[in-house]
Amino acid sequence: KERTDLTRVKMPEAPARERARSYVEVNSGLTPEQAINEASRCIDCANPTCISGCPVGINIPKFIKNIERGEFLDAARTLKETNALPAVCGRVCPQEKQCEASCFYQVKMNREPVAIGYLERFAADFEQSGGEISIPEVAAANGTKVAVVGSGPAGLAFAGDMAKFGYDVHILEALHEIGGVLKYGIPEFRLPNGVVDVEIESLRKMGVQFETNFIVGKTATIQELREEGFKGFFVGSGAGLPRFMNIPGENLVGILSSNEYLTRVNLMGASTQGMDTPVMRGKNVVVIGGGNTAMDSVRTALRLGADKATIIYRRSLEEMPARVEEVKHAQEEGVEFLTLNNPVEYIGDDKGRVKQIRVQKMELGEPDQSGRRSPVPVEGSEYIIDADTVVVSVGVSPNPLIPQSLPDLKVSRWGTLVVDEETFQTSIPDVFAGGDIVRGGATVILAMGDGRKAAASMHQYLQGQ
Amino acid sequence: MNKVVSKQHFSENVVSLEIEAPRIAKARKAGHFVMVRTDEKGERIPLTISSADTAKGTITLVIQKVGVTSRKLTALEPGEFIHDMVGPLGQATHVENFGTVLACGGGVGVAPLLPIVEALKKAGNRVVSVIAARSKDLIILEDQIRAYSDEVVIMTDDGSYGQKGLVTEGMEQIIQREKIDQSVIIGPGIMMKFASMTTKKHNIPTIVSLNTIMVDGTGMCGACRVSVGGKTRFVCVDGPEFDAHEVDFDEMLMRLNGYKNEEKEADDAYNCQVDKK
Ligand SMILES: Cc1cc2nc3c(=O)[nH]c(=O)nc-3n(C[C@H](O)[C@H](O)[C@H](O)COP(=O)(O)OP(=O)(O)OC[C@H]3O[C@@H](n4cnc5c(N)ncnc54)[C@H](O)[C@@H]3O)c2cc1C
Ligand SMILES: Cc1cc2nc3c(=O)[nH]c(=O)nc-3n(C[C@H](O)[C@H](O)[C@H](O)COP(=O)(O)OP(=O)(O)OC[C@H]3O[C@@H](n4cnc5c(N)ncnc54)[C@H](O)[C@@H]3O)c2cc1C
Ligand code: SF4
Ligand code: SF4
Ligand code: FES
Ligand SMILES: [Mg+2]
Repeated sequence: KERTDLTRVKMPEAPARERARSYVEVNSGLTPEQAINEASRCIDCANPTCISGCPVGINIPKFIKNIERGEFLDAARTLKETNALPAVCGRVCPQEKQCEASCFYQVKMNREPVAIGYLERFAADFEQSGGEISIPEVAAANGTKVAVVGSGPAGLAFAGDMAKFGYDVHILEALHEIGGVLKYGIPEFRLPNGVVDVEIESLRKMGVQFETNFIVGKTATIQELREEGFKGFFVGSGAGLPRFMNIPGENLVGILSSNEYLTRVNLMGASTQGMDTPVMRGKNVVVIGGGNTAMDSVRTALRLGADKATIIYRRSLEEMPARVEEVKHAQEEGVEFLTLNNPVEYIGDDKGRVKQIRVQKMELGEPDQSGRRSPVPVEGSEYIIDADTVVVSVGVSPNPLIPQSLPDLKVSRWGTLVVDEETFQTSIPDVFAGGDIVRGGATVILAMGDGRKAAASMHQYLQGQ
Repeated sequence: MNKVVSKQHFSENVVSLEIEAPRIAKARKAGHFVMVRTDEKGERIPLTISSADTAKGTITLVIQKVGVTSRKLTALEPGEFIHDMVGPLGQATHVENFGTVLACGGGVGVAPLLPIVEALKKAGNRVVSVIAARSKDLIILEDQIRAYSDEVVIMTDDGSYGQKGLVTEGMEQIIQREKIDQSVIIGPGIMMKFASMTTKKHNIPTIVSLNTIMVDGTGMCGACRVSVGGKTRFVCVDGPEFDAHEVDFDEMLMRLNGYKNEEKEADDAYNCQVDKK
């Protein structure tokens, strides 16, 4: 009775005004006391529905009860049984749609769910800060070489499990940094790179080898790697290609994809003094889109010194795919939301730099395939707004490098790789795949889940050889 | 990390670096480029692979000093390292026996032109090359181009070497004289624009190799986008070579200037730093 009387903990946050101009992490993390209190809300259900809401099936009540008893390192260990990157997932999972949506409090009592994500982050951070990171046990080396294409969450999760099974795992990454979207996409104020690096270091200690600046299909083909002795391949190459809307004026100077904008800042450090890569520091920045990428871009614009940062989204706030917390943080930081609006044309100055956007108003019509009400243009509603920088964040497409270099690989008409739903094996027996290259743009935890399942089935496949 | 094994000065502002990169040397074809990052603070810039030595496992880049990154690179000495290098990138040149090819290179554009001229010659083409620069000391790789050309015409703006005049004047002379089946033009954006207008006037199929601003070089950012035949294409993955007569050069030139202010600031800051040393 007492447990359910408690109210959900509030995440301590950096004050909106200050943080909107700096790269400090917005959520500062729970104190041990807050964590223990929140953990005591969990009633340790006989049938813990929360677990079914987690794509990797973390034993949620177990790790929460570890926290309640003050056994924080055990909590971290419990998390790592199923999730290689708890410090990451605790920060970026859309918990309100996953584990927390299935929590007893939410489902049966219509009350605020246990803050599973905050607690996960707490346990993982506690372990990281203590410097006593538990390295999972690794089976004796079996001498079999496997290659991982791409070092995003799918590839990292796959690599971790294969290392545990005793394989000689080589991660090949196209960029000069390991981590995929975790490094080049998600900004420092939401997921500090240092947090990701600790997790990568754990993999290194488990014997995983990393090679950056290696584009599979260009630097060497899968066939050449086979000849070098690799027996299995996991493709986790992501959905990194930016989409544009193909409207007039979109190639004007000052209009860029969110990938370009975020890569310049997060991967290349463009906002830091002394770094060579430039970035456009607009005063009046407009971001097109309503996903996490759009929120990350618009909040980055504030941190780069914009006086005004605006989201233009063609549906309403309710349909926005971004995490709820991201939208809330953006609002607190002063981002303006022009929902039910859509750009139709960009207008440039005499130097070819964008200065205005022609915008059309939208209204909501019937639900579309995604179940969300679809936006319908309002005839004759066009008007013009000013903007000196525009970031287009309307979705991504699968990376075509691997399918281009492997003509036999079965690909869907959206360009995603076709895999067996259970085994994540592609149409080429020694090639497995998971994450965004299979799902299109999805989430970190789904990518990791895929990586783990692919590892289990590749292990079986290779044992059978 | 990739080691610089040898260095050659072509002119005050153009340097050739031979760099260890065994995998890239083996995989590269004419038309390919690499992305390099000089040091931990460096930006990523594209550079064409001018030649490769598979036996030694090296590639050669020819770099013109235009700003901070190219200056850092040209300052490297043998034994020093480039922090990151990835490739080969882009689509390789389409090489076949066209008949007679007019190959035009402007300034440092002669470096990326060289492997294409070589490949075209080896495919059986008659190759007539026009190489152009502002003045004599900016003409590079003349001997190497000669080795794979049936004829070489040199044009300088100031007349200090070869003929005095623009690249287009040299092109016109040859086009008037003999039938050209295909043309390849590589150089500064403005040179490619006017040279392409020349071949268009004479209905000669032409490819250009575009030098847009790039960040990743793998199709992930769209910084390199350009309109070709009214469609947006990504130079790093769809190019860098395109049908010259379909390219919107004015848009490309405008986008190349997108970061002028930032580049100028960076250059000034770099000058201060160099002065202090
Ligand atoms: C800005 C942004 C914010 C996001 N926010 C969230 C969030 O809050 N919560 C959430 O759950 N999800 C979020 N996502 C989505 C999430 O990041 C992705 O779903 C996830 O990263 C997919 O993982 P992945 O391993 O499949 O691919 P990626 O993370 O995309 O990694 C793929 C890697 O493969 C490399 N690669 C590609 N081709 C090759 C090749 N041929 N050879 C070698 N390497 C190659 C790429 O360089 C890249 O490093 C966000 C995405 C973005 C862009
Ligand atoms: C496919 C391709 C192949 C190229 N090959 C060669 C080559 O073989 N030799 C050579 O000397 N140059 C080559 N270039 C051009 C070279 O990349 C630029 O000169 C270089 O990036 C300039 O950087 P900077 O910091 O020295 O100069 P900055 O002062 O920063 O810029 C000077 C000008 O270079 C261009 N530029 C700036 N940043 C970039 C960038 N990230 N990517 C592309 N262009 C940029 C812009 O037009 C800018 O105005 C190539 C470009 C492309 C796209
Ligand atoms: S991994 Fe994500 S979905 Fe699973 S418990 Fe943690 S926060 Fe919830
Ligand atoms: S459903 Fe909620 S209350 Fe029940 S075990 Fe899971 S987290 Fe605890
Ligand atoms: S350079 Fe990024 S897409 Fe071409
Ligand atoms: Mg530069």
